[in-house]
Amino acid sequence: MSEEVVAEILTTHILDLAAEGRRLDGRGPDEYRPITTEPGFVSTADGSALVRLGQTRVLAGIKLEPGKPFPDTPNAGVLTTNAELIPLSSPTFEPGPPQPGAIEVSRVVDRAIRAAESIDLTRLCVTPGEKTWVCYVDVHVLEHAGNLIDAALLAAVTALANSTVPAKRFAVAEADYPLDLVHVPIECTFVRLGDTIMVDPTFEEEHAAQGRLTVATDETGRVVAMQKGLVGAFSPDDVKSIVRRAFVHGERLRTLIKGGRS
Amino acid sequence: MGNVGAKDVPVLLSPEGLRLDGRRLDELRPIRIEAGVLHQADGSAFVEWGQNKVMAAVYGPREVHPRHLQQNNKAVIQCKYNMAAFAVDERKRPGLDRRSQEISKVIAEAFESVVFAEEFPRTSIDVYIEVLQANAGTRCAGLVAASVALADAGIPMVDLVPAVAVGKVAGQIVLDLKKEEDNFGEADLPMALVPQSGRLVLLQMEGHMTEEELGRALDLGVKGCRDIYDRMKGALRERYALTPVVGGSA
Repeated sequence: MSEEVVAEILTTHILDLAAEGRRLDGRGPDEYRPITTEPGFVSTADGSALVRLGQTRVLAGIKLEPGKPFPDTPNAGVLTTNAELIPLSSPTFEPGPPQPGAIEVSRVVDRAIRAAESIDLTRLCVTPGEKTWVCYVDVHVLEHAGNLIDAALLAAVTALANSTVPAKRFAVAEADYPLDLVHVPIECTFVRLGDTIMVDPTFEEEHAAQGRLTVATDETGRVVAMQKGLVGAFSPDDVKSIVRRAFVHGERLRTLIKGGRS
Repeated sequence: MGNVGAKDVPVLLSPEGLRLDGRRLDELRPIRIEAGVLHQADGSAFVEWGQNKVMAAVYGPREVHPRHLQQNNKAVIQCKYNMAAFAVDERKRPGLDRRSQEISKVIAEAFESVVFAEEFPRTSIDVYIEVLQANAGTRCAGLVAASVALADAGIPMVDLVPAVAVGKVAGQIVLDLKKEEDNFGEADLPMALVPQSGRLVLLQMEGHMTEEELGRALDLGVKGCRDIYDRMKGALRERYALTPVVGGSA
C-alpha cells in the first residue's frame, strides 16, 4: 500500500477541468480552501496551534528546554523543526522512520522560520557558549488532504506566536515570558495543472500536478524561501507570477496567526 | 508544571475525601467522545478525557504490510500507539520507544479478543492511536478511542471495549487517576472490559495493593467501564443518527 493511489481517470478529469480554469471542488485557480487556526490546542506544550486547511489538519506544538548552544554559534539559541506524517493521517502512510515526504515538509517549514528570522535566536541565549534555550517545533499531521507545507508552517508560526518561554519552570529566570515572534513567514504552494497554476492543491491535485512550487514571504515584503517539488517545470515568468500571488495570499493568511478563520 | 526542581508531594486527598480536582473517589473525569472525525480513515474517533486528548484511526481490512505477518485464516490486528512530542511536560523524543511498543501490543491483543478476525483472512486491520495531550490514563483513552473507531469502521466485534484506570491514592481506592495521582499515588491499574461477557481483555498493574484492595479496585473499575461504555455507545448513536443530535464536528 506504499504507493499513493489516485485513479488515472480522476487525474485526467482534474487536468481537463484545469484547462478551463476549473477545479474539482469548485474553487477558482487562485482560491484557498477555508482555513481555521486554533492557538493553544495543547496545554502541555509551551505553544501550540491546530490548523485546518480544507480537510487537511495539522497540529504544531512548541517545546522549549535549556540546552547547549552549537560550538559555532555560542551566542544563539537552537531551533529544531520536526514533522511527523503519522499513519493515522492518510491511508498511504506507514509507520516507521520519517520518509522523504515528511523530511521535506519539516525542512521547508524550518527554512522559512529560519530565513525570515521569525525568532531572534540570540535572545534565546542564556550563558554564551554554555546554556541556551532549545526550541523544538513539532508538526503533527492529523489528516493529509493536500498542501501540507502551507498548513504546517501556518500551524508552526501560529504556535510560536502564542508560546511562552518556561523560564520559571526550569529555574532560569524569575518568571515565564512570551516568546517574541519577530517576523511572520507564510508559505504559499502552487501546482501546475496543464497550463494553469493553482494555489493550495488538494491531495488529488498534487498527484495530477506537473510541478509544485512553494514560496515563503514575510510581512516586510521579502521572499524568504522557495521550494520546487514534484516532477515538472516552471518558466521564469511562471515563477514571477507565482511570487506575486504568494505575496497577496501571504498578507491575508498572516492575519490568521492570532487565531481565526478565512 | 512538571516535576523539575519540585519534589513536594501534593495533598492528594482533602480531609473531606475529595481529590485534587474536587472529584469523589469513584468519579470519572469529564469525557467527550466523538466518532468519525477523520475523512480518509475507515473509522476514527477523538476522545477528550480530563486533560487527555487522543485521536484514533482504523484502516482496513486491507493488505497486510509487511506481508510476512499475513495470516491465512484470519485478519491480523496491528496497533500503533504513539505520543506527540509536545503531549507531555518534558518533550518526548518522537518515534517508537519501548513503552509505546508495549502499550501497542497489549491494546492489539485486547482487540484480538473481540474482533471477528476470521471473517477477513489475509488482511490487516490497522489501528493508530495518537496521544496529542497526555495527563495519565492515555492507554485507556486510546483504547476507548480505538474501540469507537473500530465500530465506526464497521469491523464486526463481540462488543465495544471500554477501559479505565483504577488506583490507590493516599490509601484509598480511586477511579480514573489524573497525572499527580498517577505520579504520587501508590498503585495504578489500567483495565479494559468486554461488557457483554464481563471479562477483562486488558489488565496491568503497578504499585502495591492488598488482596482486599485489589478486589475492590477491580469492582470499581468494572463500574467505571460500564459508565464509559454508555458514552461510547452514545457517541456512535450521535454519529449515525438520521437527524443530527447536536451540531458541530471536531
